Amino acid sequence: MDFDLSDEQKLVADNVARLMKDKYGFEQRKTYAASASGFSEPLWRQYAELGLLGAPFAEEDGGYGGGAVEIMLTQEAFGRALALEPYFASVVLAGGALRHGATPEQRAALIPEIASGELRLALAHMEPQSGWNAFDVRTTAKKGAQDYVIDGEKGLVLNGDSAQKLIVLARVSGKQRDVDGLGLFLVDGDAPGVTRRGYATQDGRRAAEVTLAGALATPLGEPGRAGPAMARVIEDAIAALSAEAVGAMAEAVEMTTDYLKTRKQFGVAIGSFQALQHRAADMVVALEQARSMMYLAAMSSSDPDTAARARAMAAAKAQIGRSAKFIGQQATQLHGGIAMTHEYKLGHLFKRLTMIDMAYGDADHHLAKLGEGESLFD
Amino acid sequence: MDLGFSAEEIAFRAQVRDFVANNLPPAIREKLVGGHHPSKDDIVTWTRILANKGWGAPHWPVEWGGTGWDAIKLSIFTDEIQRGHAPESLAFGTSMVGPVIATFGTQAQKERFLPRILDLRDWWCQGFSEPGAGSDLAGLRTKAERDGDSWVINGQKTWTTLAQYADWIFVLARTDGNVKKQEGISFFLCDMKTPGVTVRPIQTIDGGHEVNEVFFDNVRIPAENLVGEVNKGWDYAKFLLSNERNGIARVGVSKARLAKVRRLASLAVYGDKPKMDDPVFRMKLAAAEVDLKALEMTQMRVIAASRTAPKGKPNPMSSVLKIKGSELQQTTTELLMDVVGPYALPYQPEQGDRWNEPSVGPDWASTIAPTYFNTRKVSIYGGSNEIQRNIIAKAILGL
Repeated sequence: MDFDLSDEQKLVADNVARLMKDKYGFEQRKTYAASASGFSEPLWRQYAELGLLGAPFAEEDGGYGGGAVEIMLTQEAFGRALALEPYFASVVLAGGALRHGATPEQRAALIPEIASGELRLALAHMEPQSGWNAFDVRTTAKKGAQDYVIDGEKGLVLNGDSAQKLIVLARVSGKQRDVDGLGLFLVDGDAPGVTRRGYATQDGRRAAEVTLAGALATPLGEPGRAGPAMARVIEDAIAALSAEAVGAMAEAVEMTTDYLKTRKQFGVAIGSFQALQHRAADMVVALEQARSMMYLAAMSSSDPDTAARARAMAAAKAQIGRSAKFIGQQATQLHGGIAMTHEYKLGHLFKRLTMIDMAYGDADHHLAKLGEGESLFD
Repeated sequence: MDLGFSAEEIAFRAQVRDFVANNLPPAIREKLVGGHHPSKDDIVTWTRILANKGWGAPHWPVEWGGTGWDAIKLSIFTDEIQRGHAPESLAFGTSMVGPVIATFGTQAQKERFLPRILDLRDWWCQGFSEPGAGSDLAGLRTKAERDGDSWVINGQKTWTTLAQYADWIFVLARTDGNVKKQEGISFFLCDMKTPGVTVRPIQTIDGGHEVNEVFFDNVRIPAENLVGEVNKGWDYAKFLLSNERNGIARVGVSKARLAKVRRLASLAVYGDKPKMDDPVFRMKLAAAEVDLKALEMTQMRVIAASRTAPKGKPNPMSSVLKIKGSELQQTTTELLMDVVGPYALPYQPEQGDRWNEPSVGPDWASTIAPTYFNTRKVSIYGGSNEIQRNIIAKAILGL
């Protein structure tokens, strides 16, 4: 048992940390957010040059042979900086769909383009009615003359407005909530029959509602058997969001500590007040518990035991959700009025943390799920 | 990065688990599973079984009977002892005064005391807290004055756990009243049979007798029973407390209690279904398990970091372990209260002593409320959780 990084992993962590330090001050971030795409295209190219976009993919697929730890390190740094680029949407979600669901030939064709930064993908898996049930899919895929034909409504497609291609989860058979009968399909973002309504999100990013009306699509992997792959993608997403949340929480704790040391009232630094010290100490406890589960999630993502893996991810997401809510709220309270302003970073950390809790099942959702099953301990 | 245990560590865990299963006398196990306290004899019996195996004080230096296990194996050992419902070794000897003597004591003190701690021929208790010195321990007022070849101790200690069984007590006493309070304290070893030592029991809210007051009235002890140097006692006390915090998370205790919660929740039927079928209860249980899983990982991180950290320097992360670990111990007792429901009410202290009368209510119910009440102590002792928050604020956050 060790928590040490390999030399290659240390390099990833150092590179991304340095880049965030140089290029992702909060004022710089405001200029990226104000651009048409809502993020920095030049930085996206730099991520590709640093190898971040190809890191989690296997070498035979055109990646650099890393995995969950590389994603964890990258996401943690992005979380601290509140990076806006569509790494999660394109590399983690859509990339995950390719890793778990596509054929070797399809992976070899698409992954080098992701790694080079040329191709940005979005994963269209949720629907307006599906809540947190990834298998609740009404969108249909029917075999046409050559391609498949997709019809349906996809919701909350992260970075779905700017992605060149969409990976769409659609049903080829079975009932609305069946795990069986699902397929992953590659659709051109501008294909006939695809309508995208892009919008801003609460946490300063972009998403889209996507309508598919007779859109032509290529199947990824075997149509009808994508359910288990989709479950893996969501587990990877939970691990990645856990790391992003830990980065954002660590930043919030640090900002709060600095604020307590510098803000003066009654003639002294407010950090000299024990009521505030104790609240800050409880934030440390919540952060460390979350960080522990971030490691557990990253390590469990390759656990071959499906049930144990699902339990570990649910446990991680529950802990992350609870810690994120506590730290977000307490950091806001300890900062006072300044945390309520749009110009200051803390409120943006709070919003991102809140939206991470709401993604892929909030804390209560996962606790209820864990409650239905076996113990976390043998 | 690899969060799994090595094949050797997995085999080691199995070895300890098997040893506990095969060597812990069933009557003792049954008593602890039932939530009763082990008797003095139970603790002595089990300690000698471990000592015979060479596991009396695994963390000690090998020359004094330790095992040479690394931090991970030590934590696996503790975890399995706790999960196996075995009595824990008497911390006052093996974890507190033992390491102090082994590190700061004279060769004569080591030879005289350490072997007798290992197999519990000497039962030690801790003379630290006083009526006026709790969280502010350095404010203690018990005095020791040099008189020829002796020290003469006067004062009062309190919250002295299991002093009623003790052969020896280690005592912090003031030896210089004219310096900064931390700089005038010395560390003494005192035979409980010395004239002038009086033990008075304190009954706790669960009805038990765990703690005592200990009075010192002109207690004369030989000069050789001073540990280390005069007025350096506070340093030794800090060293002792940093050892005490190892294992402070008590993950194994909470694991065992959660297993008990599951077992009893399947037995406890209210109306037409067991408590275990109540989704609200199951969610609370899941929340405790998630917390405990995270705590177990946090403990592993602290252990992994300790392998490269300088020895003897307290890691402020142990305060995180203390806070979360104590909260979880309390949460697990609250879950037991959820399970027992209305039959928390009857008070039946005699059930622990193989009383022949049938119990009122389910036979597993009588210890649950006392355990809940008793476990409130864990966020108070060992540096209250508020003191731990002070430590985190200062040592981790720099506030």
